[in-house]
Amino acid sequence: MAPAEYFHSVRLLRDKCQGCVSCVKACPTEAIRVRNGKAEILADRCVDCGACASICPYHAFSIKTATLDGLEKYAYNIVLPAPSMYSQFPEQVPMEDIWQGLHNLGFDEIFDVSLASEYIAKEIETYVKNYTGGRKPLISSTCPSVLRLIQVKFPELIKQVVPVLAPAEAAAIYVRQKAEAKLGLASEKIGVWFISPCPSKETNIRQSVDVRQTALSGSFSLAEIYGKLLRCLGGDNTLNVVTGSSYGMGWGAYGGEISSAGLENALAVHGVDNVYEVLEQISMNKMPTLDYVECNMCERGCIGGCLTAENKFVAESNLRRRINILRSQEPVERELTMASSMTLEDFPRSAAYLKKLVARPMMHLDENIMEAMKKFERMEEVLYSLPGLNCGACGAPSCQGLAEDIVQGKAHEIDCIFKLRGSVHKLAQGMIELAKQIPISHEPQSLNAVEEDER
Amino acid sequence: MAENKSLKLSFDVIGGDFERAGEASAKIKKMLKMIGVPADIVRRIAIGTYEAEMNAIIHAGGGNVAAEAFSDATVITVSDQGPGIPDIEKALQEGYSTAPDHVRQMGFGAGMGLPNMVKCSDEFDIKSVVGEGTTITMRFEHISEDL
Ligand SMILES: Nc1ncnc2c1ncn2[C@@H]1O[C@H](COP(=O)(O)OP(=O)(O)O)[C@@H](O)[C@H]1O
Ligand code: SF4
Ligand code: SF4
Ligand SMILES: [Mg+2]
Repeated sequence: MAPAEYFHSVRLLRDKCQGCVSCVKACPTEAIRVRNGKAEILADRCVDCGACASICPYHAFSIKTATLDGLEKYAYNIVLPAPSMYSQFPEQVPMEDIWQGLHNLGFDEIFDVSLASEYIAKEIETYVKNYTGGRKPLISSTCPSVLRLIQVKFPELIKQVVPVLAPAEAAAIYVRQKAEAKLGLASEKIGVWFISPCPSKETNIRQSVDVRQTALSGSFSLAEIYGKLLRCLGGDNTLNVVTGSSYGMGWGAYGGEISSAGLENALAVHGVDNVYEVLEQISMNKMPTLDYVECNMCERGCIGGCLTAENKFVAESNLRRRINILRSQEPVERELTMASSMTLEDFPRSAAYLKKLVARPMMHLDENIMEAMKKFERMEEVLYSLPGLNCGACGAPSCQGLAEDIVQGKAHEIDCIFKLRGSVHKLAQGMIELAKQIPISHEPQSLNAVEEDER
Repeated sequence: MAENKSLKLSFDVIGGDFERAGEASAKIKKMLKMIGVPADIVRRIAIGTYEAEMNAIIHAGGGNVAAEAFSDATVITVSDQGPGIPDIEKALQEGYSTAPDHVRQMGFGAGMGLPNMVKCSDEFDIKSVVGEGTTITMRFEHISEDL
C-alpha cells in the first residue's frame, strides 16, 4: 500500500534537543514525542510544516534542502524565485537587482513564479465557478503541508481539494520544456530550482503527493540564498525576465489566491492552528455556502515560512508595498491586468500532470475495528485516571496523547509525573508499613547501642 | 461478525449555548475516527449529528446527544424534552424553518438541518410529541464509498 518510508526534510538534531517539549505541543499532527529526554518524530504522521522548527528555542531542527554545488551536475540551470523571495527585500531593491544577483550566484536563467501563479489563479477561478453539486467549500491545494494534513487528518475532505498545480511546479514544467526546445538539451542536463520559504516544498519534490513526476531538481532554503544574495545583488542587468502583475505577486502572503482568482465568497486561512480548526469545521459542514477556502500552513502565508530570513510582518509590509507600486501602474480591472501579463504560449494546464490525492488516515487505534474499540475503552479509562493538566512533561502532546500511547504499548502510566509521584508515595508508605512490622527483638544489640549513643 | 461489542458516548447539551455547540458531535467524530470507521462515513455521521445537536440547542432548550458504535454500523440518538414539532412533514421540507431572526443572523436557520439528516443517514426516524419533546434516531452503515 503506502510506501514503507517517508522522506522528510524536517529532521531533528538530537544533540541540540533539550527535551523541553515545545515542539510536541506545536505539531498539528501530534507527530512528536519526547522519550528519554529527546524529541522523536513519528515519520508517518509528519507533514513537514516546520512548526516544530519555528518554535524550538534550541534550534534543534535542521531542514534538508539543496546546496549550490548541486548546480554543477547540470549543463544549464534555471531558478524560480517567488514573491516570498522578493518580500525579503525592501521595495527600494529592484527586482532586476535580485534577478541579477541570482545570475551572479550561477543560475543561467530566471523565471518569476508570480507569473505562473496567475495561470493557476485562472484555473482555480474556472474550477470554482463551474463547480456544481458537490460539497462546499472547495479548498486550495498549493501548500503541500495542507495537502498532507488533509491526507492524514481530514481524508474526508479530499474531494473538495481543487486540482491545480502549485505555481512553482507549473513554472518548472514550463521552463523545462522551453529550455529543452531552445537549447536542444536532454532533460537530465537541465537543473530547475525553487527557492523555498518552507520545508514542505523540498519534501514534495522528493516525494510528491500531487504530481506524477516533478519537473523540479530541488529547492534551496530561502534564508540561505538570501545570505549569499546580499553580497552580490545587482550588476549589469541584462537579463530578460518576464514577470507577473500585482495579482501574481500577491501569492506571497495570505489572500493572494482569492484576490487573483476574483473570488468573493471565500476565506483566506493561515497558520497551523487556524487551518486545522477551519478544516475541522468544513468537515462538520459548518460552512456549506462558502465557495472557497485558501489555506496556508504558515502564519501570514508563504512569507511566514520557517526558511525565510526576514521577520514575517516586515516581509508582509515589503510585499504589500511592492504590490501597491505595481497596482498603481495597472488597469483597475483584474481581468485586464492579468490578461496583459499572461501572454506566454502553451503554459501547462494542471490536469495533465496531477495524480490523485490519496487518503492516509493516521488516527485509528487498530486495523481491526473490534480491537480498536477495546483499545478506545481502555484509553478512556486510562485518560480518566490521568490528571488532565496536559502539562506535556510525559513527552506526549496531551493527557489524551499519553493515554493513546499507553494503550498502544508505547508509553507507561508512570511516564506521567503525577502518576510517578503517586507510585513513589505508595511505595514509601509501603516501606514504612513494612518497617513497622519487622519485630524489634530480631534486631541485633547494635540497635540498643545506637540508642544509647544518641542519649 | 459474531461479536456484538459496542461503544457508547453520551453528552448533555445546553439550550442556547452556542459557545460549546458542536462539541458533542466533534467528540463523537473523533471516537469514530479512532476506532477506524471510514472517513467518508465518519463525515456523514458528524454532519447529521451536528445538525441534530444544533436543533436541540436552538429549538428545544437543550437535550442529549448519544452515539453507539458497533463494528458494522453507528446509531445516533438525539433527544430533548423541548416543545416538540407540530407538523413533522413540513419540518422535513427543505428551507422550512421557524428559527428566530437572531439565530438566522448567526448563520443558522436555513431549514436544511432535518433534510440533511435524512440525506446523510442510511435510516432516519423522528418521533415528536408537542409539549413532550423530540427524539431523532439515525443509523449509518460502515460501508465506505470511494474517497
Ligand atoms: N428538536 C426540535 N425541537 C423542536 N422543533 C424542532 C426541532 N428540530 C427541528 N425543529 C423544527 O423544525 C424546523 C426545521 O428544522 P431544520 O430543518 O433543522 O431547520 P432549521 O434548524 O434551520 O430551522 C425548525 O425550524 C423547527 O421549527
Ligand atoms: S522544542 Fe522540541 S526539539 Fe527543541 S529542544 Fe524542545 S523538545 Fe527538543
Ligand atoms: S514538521 Fe510539522 S508535522 Fe512534522 S513534526 Fe514538525 S510540526 Fe509535526
Ligand atoms: Mg437545524
